[in-house]
Amino acid sequence: MSYALPAGRGAPLPAVPRSRGGRGGDVGFRVLLTVFGVAVIVLVAAIACVLIGAAMPSIRRFGPAFLWTSRWDPVHNVFGALPFVFGTVASSTLALLIAVPISLGVAVYLVEIAPAQMSVALSFVIELLAAIPSVILGLWGIFVLAPWVRAAVEPALAAVLGWLPLFSGPQYGIGLLAAGIILAIMIIPIVSSVSRDVLRAVPPEQREAMYALGATRWEVISRAVVPYGRVGIIGAVILGLGRALGETIAVTMVIGNRPQIPTSLFQPAYTIAAVLANEFSEATSDLYLSALIEMALVLFAVSLIVNALARWLVARVTSHTRVVR
Amino acid sequence: MIAPGSRAGARRRLTDRVMGWVCLAAILVAIAPLASLLGYVVVQGAPALNWAFFTHLPAPVGEPGGGMANAILGTLTLIGLASGVGVPVGILGGLFLAEAGDGRLGWWIRFTADVLNGLPSIVVGVFVYALVVVPMHRFSALAGGLALGVMMIPLVVRTTEEMVRLVPSSLREASLALGIRWWITSLRIVLRTATAGVITGIMLAVARIGGETAPLLFTAFNNQFWQAGLDQPISSLTVQLFTYSIAPYDDWHRQAWAAALVLMAITLLLNIAARAAGRQRFTVGR
Amino acid sequence: MRQIHKGDSMRTTPHWRSLLAAAAICALLVGMSPAVQPAKGAGIVTLNGAGATFPFPLYSRWFAEYNRAHPDVRINYQSIGSGGGIQQVKNRTVDFGASDAPLSDDQLKAMGRPIVLIPTVAGAIAMSYNIPNVGTGLRLSSQNIAALYLGTITKWNDPKLTADNPGMKLPNLPITVVHRSDGSGTTFHFTSFLSLVSPEWSNKVGHATSVEWPVGIGGKGNEGVAGAVKQTPGAIGYVELAYVKQNNLTYAVVKNRDGHWVAPSLAATVLAAAGGAEQMVKTRDVRVSIAYAPGAMNYPIAGFTYLLVPQEQQDAVRGRALVDFLWWAIHDGEKDAAQLLYAQAPPAVVKIDEGLVKQVTYQGKALLVAQ
Repeated sequence: MSYALPAGRGAPLPAVPRSRGGRGGDVGFRVLLTVFGVAVIVLVAAIACVLIGAAMPSIRRFGPAFLWTSRWDPVHNVFGALPFVFGTVASSTLALLIAVPISLGVAVYLVEIAPAQMSVALSFVIELLAAIPSVILGLWGIFVLAPWVRAAVEPALAAVLGWLPLFSGPQYGIGLLAAGIILAIMIIPIVSSVSRDVLRAVPPEQREAMYALGATRWEVISRAVVPYGRVGIIGAVILGLGRALGETIAVTMVIGNRPQIPTSLFQPAYTIAAVLANEFSEATSDLYLSALIEMALVLFAVSLIVNALARWLVARVTSHTRVVR
Repeated sequence: MIAPGSRAGARRRLTDRVMGWVCLAAILVAIAPLASLLGYVVVQGAPALNWAFFTHLPAPVGEPGGGMANAILGTLTLIGLASGVGVPVGILGGLFLAEAGDGRLGWWIRFTADVLNGLPSIVVGVFVYALVVVPMHRFSALAGGLALGVMMIPLVVRTTEEMVRLVPSSLREASLALGIRWWITSLRIVLRTATAGVITGIMLAVARIGGETAPLLFTAFNNQFWQAGLDQPISSLTVQLFTYSIAPYDDWHRQAWAAALVLMAITLLLNIAARAAGRQRFTVGR
Repeated sequence: MRQIHKGDSMRTTPHWRSLLAAAAICALLVGMSPAVQPAKGAGIVTLNGAGATFPFPLYSRWFAEYNRAHPDVRINYQSIGSGGGIQQVKNRTVDFGASDAPLSDDQLKAMGRPIVLIPTVAGAIAMSYNIPNVGTGLRLSSQNIAALYLGTITKWNDPKLTADNPGMKLPNLPITVVHRSDGSGTTFHFTSFLSLVSPEWSNKVGHATSVEWPVGIGGKGNEGVAGAVKQTPGAIGYVELAYVKQNNLTYAVVKNRDGHWVAPSLAATVLAAAGGAEQMVKTRDVRVSIAYAPGAMNYPIAGFTYLLVPQEQQDAVRGRALVDFLWWAIHDGEKDAAQLLYAQAPPAVVKIDEGLVKQVTYQGKALLVAQ
């Protein structure tokens, strides 16, 4: 793409003032841009500081044991974050277990199997899934997913695997399983689209070499393409994990809100984000509020680490393709 | 090539075909929830959309009727406020990254923008509560707008940087060669050329924050009436949807589906317009 | 990218994206306009309140009615639970709060400034359940309710339940207990009742706005509990009576302290409230509990609900609007109570409330001019 300026004769440039303000304008502009650029850093630092400051009373009172104590008792002012940490980790892990195979299948299909037109159209549709507001997914979760889980999924699982404690107990529909499924639905778009970018970035020579050796298409995919991109795919999975860890509204609508460690997938549970949404505006003592903010701080720290790790992994594989979120 | 007729070859070919179907099945499984959700939203929400929904205030608890007019207006107001924060910071920050961001500082800004993007929205709500709501002693539209604006910033920064980087350097160089100052070049030529892409990025960011609920729960709170001032609580489609859907009233459920339809329509239209128009492929936003 | 042609100026030609952007900006300006200019007449007073979900059906009717009668006063109330009401009053982010749980002396001290507690109405807490093919009228003794919430009875056809209900066919369905996930005055009254009924409950769990529930799933607000019960076969939850009636939920008949089976109803609640009024007058403290109170036809799971009003108001106009509303509420508003099955404040309580409202001041002077 080259742009020819209008041919010299008399074509006037628009009213762009020339040399107005001298070097001062440039310096001022650079300062302005730098200020706004730095503002982003300052913002994140401010969030960290505010959270740490407000969580201090709880940190001082409970220490690191906060993370592995499981009593959440507002009456006696004893707070332990373990049920929420557990619920967050469990629901996200469940979501990954469901979403990763599906997302890999989607990515492989889009890159290797589908014809180009269909691939573009399907990518578009799957990315639309990511655009759905979380509260609408939660609404669908309460009225469509949870009844289906209660009526179809949980009985089926109990029939086949009911001897395992993981699949035992009363079937409410609402609970850890429903939350895991909804989170899976929410992270499939991001895991599949980043995986798709990773697979696209695999050099064609890898594929050609395998074909030359007589491999079938599936063998090329499973033995050359995916292994080559495995670092990036792990990055995609971790990005999905980061998304799942922080999801609030859809989870709180279907997880059952019980601050105890669930012993079965059918039981209700609680996540850090959900307890913040439910109990934040009514924490009746300063220690209670501080304990909640300490959990927000934990969430902040974890999402920071997870996202940074994911970005690094993905960038290593797709460094020549810009990834914009 | 696989030796035709060999048994091992047949097995391998079969595996290839089966796995092809498996991957297709994965696509169908991934799309099924979207189809189900769209179906339910349209089927349940469309009958509930009527003139009252768009023009009336919510009725008292338990009484049927009423609408979400204040919630719709509230969401628009919050988006306006958020844009007031997110767009300037985002564009100027993105411009910095594109024009002068190749060094250490640029790396740090990109990193923190990514962190901000990946931050759970409820944490942003907690932050704005502590920073704005408590000192101001009230929930307000300003606080809600600020929370949403903070979430907009990383999206706008990234897309602005992308779009500005795509402007060919020959344009910039030609302008500078004519003696036009750097800052004027940047604003009136480079940024102007990238406008379409920047607007696309803003549209995507607006679609994302328009659907956010968690950060509004304890910043903007909610309001049964029309907005009375930016320093008062304000209702929004998302919070109202949340409140209505966890309640037992059938009439509220009906209205929740209608609100979902309106919200989905706005979000999807913005997304489709932005993505279809953008010649550059965007990967998935939150 | 647009091609630059010879003779073009650098003016952008109308592009559909620019049009879309312009349309969006217009929409936003429309959205902002009510926010930027005060609505017709600068005299609109907005009061913000938050708190209990227990009286929310009645309060929301009050605020709508009052706004119809006084269009320049808008009272925006968000039902986030009594715990939320207490906390937001403490943080001074709202003009008034509402809580079913009376504030303890420690809580009053933590407020940092004197708060007036105004009892408005009393309500009954129904045990609402969702059992296929079982209608209203299941008999639940108080001990059985405690056992349900302790988790010792887990199926609907448990002998303890069928013994009280010979005529009903209770299915072999697991019981899903529903409680509140947020800080709740309804929980306070319910757990007070359970503590009086069951020593095991009193030792193990206690009574408060938010407790460590042994079993069950959590719903947000009375609305959330009612919603969860409605959605889940086999569920049972404690819900304020107005929600039960408005949503046609099935509810249980409970055995009271005197041994009679009483359904939650207006009459039974009024009896409980009358007993509470006597206590208030006797102890000269509005913070009374009427849970599991003696009385032949009292409904045992009931409680008063209070408005939390800072005694010293910060703004003359809003303070005046608030006390005017409070005066209206305790006289005219009470008339709506019966329709939603809340027990009106007995005359003795109204008299106490009048005195309390007169205590609300601005700069030391009572806001309420003699009516």
